[in-house]
Amino acid sequence: MIRVQEDDFDVGAEIDGLVAGNHGVGAVVTFIGLVRGINSDESIADMTLEHYPGMTEKMLDRIETEAMKRWPLSASLIIHRYGQLAPGDRIVLVITASAHRQAAFEASEFLVDWLKTKAPFWKQEETPDGARWVTARSSDDAAAARWAKEPPDR
Amino acid sequence: MKILYFAWIRSKVGHSEETVDLPDHVSTVKDLLDWLRERGPQHAEALQDTSVVRVAVNEEYASLDAPVAAGDEVALFPPVTGG
Repeated sequence: MIRVQEDDFDVGAEIDGLVAGNHGVGAVVTFIGLVRGINSDESIADMTLEHYPGMTEKMLDRIETEAMKRWPLSASLIIHRYGQLAPGDRIVLVITASAHRQAAFEASEFLVDWLKTKAPFWKQEETPDGARWVTARSSDDAAAARWAKEPPDR
Repeated sequence: MKILYFAWIRSKVGHSEETVDLPDHVSTVKDLLDWLRERGPQHAEALQDTSVVRVAVNEEYASLDAPVAAGDEVALFPPVTGG
């Protein structure tokens, strides 16, 4: 499942909802991305996340489908927020559930690496020097590339 | 054709979307970018460096040689920074 929303999410409730009644699940891995208060040595007052409604959901769906193909997952959930966020706020939640831990750990890393380079979101940070757009990191491209079985879409 | 702009490309162009009538010679993404740059200095600046412009045609990533047609929705944006 994927969700793109402005509102915050309740991590515990999302985990419970995802695995409730599924007794084949033996391992749940949760990744939570937070807004940092400092980035590239500048303090961040707040952050605005813009996205491309429609394409965002399509890409997240595709990334999740790919993870389901590669690992024996019982369930997974991606929630990504947009709008105005402050340091410490949750941005993204990725939950993977499987019978054993290895698939859940690997699929979690894969999902985060791929969504960072494929899902159409853009961060703008408010700093003491004014607003600035966050630039893409080559280390994120490298992290995504190590999972490549197919050429990246870009 | 509907064109969408996001992030700093939107800021530089000055608006988030526009509808354009394509001239006959525009048949690929590259043709479209070349043509858009001629629409004014803001477009020219926003789209001058194709290495930092990503393109989606009908919500799918597209390369410079991908075809475009009148009914398409084309989005132009910088490399993504979500997660």
